[in-house]
Amino acid sequence: MTTISMTLNGQQVSADVEDRTLLVNYIRDQHSLTGTHVGCDTSQCGACVVHVNGTAVKSCTMLAAQASDANVKTIEGLAVGEELHPVQAAFKEHHGLQCGFCTPGMIMAAVAMIERHGTELDEATIRAELEGNICRCTGYHNIVKSIKAAADEMTGRSSQAAE
Amino acid sequence: MYETNYHRPPSVDEAIKLFANCDDPQFLSGGQTLLPTMKQRLAAPSDVIDVKQIDALGGIRASADAVTIGSAVTHAAVANSHDIQAAIPALAELASHIGDPHVRNMGTLGGSIANNDPAADYPAAVLALDATIHTNTRSHTAADFFTSMFETSLGEGELVTKISFKIPSKAAYAKFANPASRYAMAGVYIAQHEDGEIRVAVTGAGSDGVFRHQELETALAENWSSAAIENIKIDEDAMLSDIHGSAAYRANLVKVMAKRAMESLT
Repeated sequence: MTTISMTLNGQQVSADVEDRTLLVNYIRDQHSLTGTHVGCDTSQCGACVVHVNGTAVKSCTMLAAQASDANVKTIEGLAVGEELHPVQAAFKEHHGLQCGFCTPGMIMAAVAMIERHGTELDEATIRAELEGNICRCTGYHNIVKSIKAAADEMTGRSSQAAE
Repeated sequence: MYETNYHRPPSVDEAIKLFANCDDPQFLSGGQTLLPTMKQRLAAPSDVIDVKQIDALGGIRASADAVTIGSAVTHAAVANSHDIQAAIPALAELASHIGDPHVRNMGTLGGSIANNDPAADYPAAVLALDATIHTNTRSHTAADFFTSMFETSLGEGELVTKISFKIPSKAAYAKFANPASRYAMAGVYIAQHEDGEIRVAVTGAGSDGVFRHQELETALAENWSSAAIENIKIDEDAMLSDIHGSAAYRANLVKVMAKRAMESLT
């Protein structure tokens, strides 16, 4: 057993877990934040994407212990009170989800890609950057549209999203 | 995953000491191969020794003739490094196509080459760029380092600390990625060095892991163009055959990737 402490969505948290505990299970089981999903559990699908010290990672392929002392952000950490994050709002507005299982990972991946690319984020880049996120409803078109709209809003640029 | 003990030593010396005192330890870097392998219970180290946050294993330094990269530097950091993009653009490009963005944020150069997956990208760059692999005890030439599929000349408890890549006059890498895993079905790294030496390294396709293709090197030394590759027969007997592709398919892919790499240079 080991004590894992981290900043999780701005809160200082700590829990005793087995050393082999995966970050995704630590977040879900110890802290009841079940927005982060376990999809494939083999680092293919991206439903488990969270941010560790500001970069997007697959939390099914990281030990909780590796993230000890880090700053971890999950889908629950995006909205401010009742106000959705612009990427969440864009997914709602542009119907960027069907069953919704992949959505938390898609949104966390989208936030990271908008932060990295800023105004340079075009449709082709969005599609390339979604390489590690799988939507089994195959609703990619509206996901891309949602991310483009959010990126434009967040960077103060207006342009045509994928139609 | 079987039970294991996690350690995060602050220095290389302490990591080495810990390794010596554990039952059946493994160094853990980005964990993008080791952790999935442990989850499948194909590996069950008694202890994992996390070296990713050791300062001495980080950093990217470019000099006039070499780029030296710490073993714990992530693929994303290599892909985005302005120094590497300027000195060896084909190395930054290679790193930018490993796995996916989230995997690249975790996976490291040292982890990749120490694992020597026969379909990994970096080993091709290490061979073609005549890299030197530095460890806590010695230096390995690229030629001596990769011994066989998933095998290297690293000794027990020996830790890769940094890798120095020679800056070539010209280099290009082309890979045909497996559509599901993004691992190379065939990846060809071609480099022309300052002294005129041509190196062509092939990953993903060989039945014994990464290798240099002598005939392609000779052909390109005589005629530095994609046309020189046209009449080269790629030996199927040396190729990997599995559910993803036959030996004949991979032999053809090697040729096509070699031509694509040359076409991007000329």
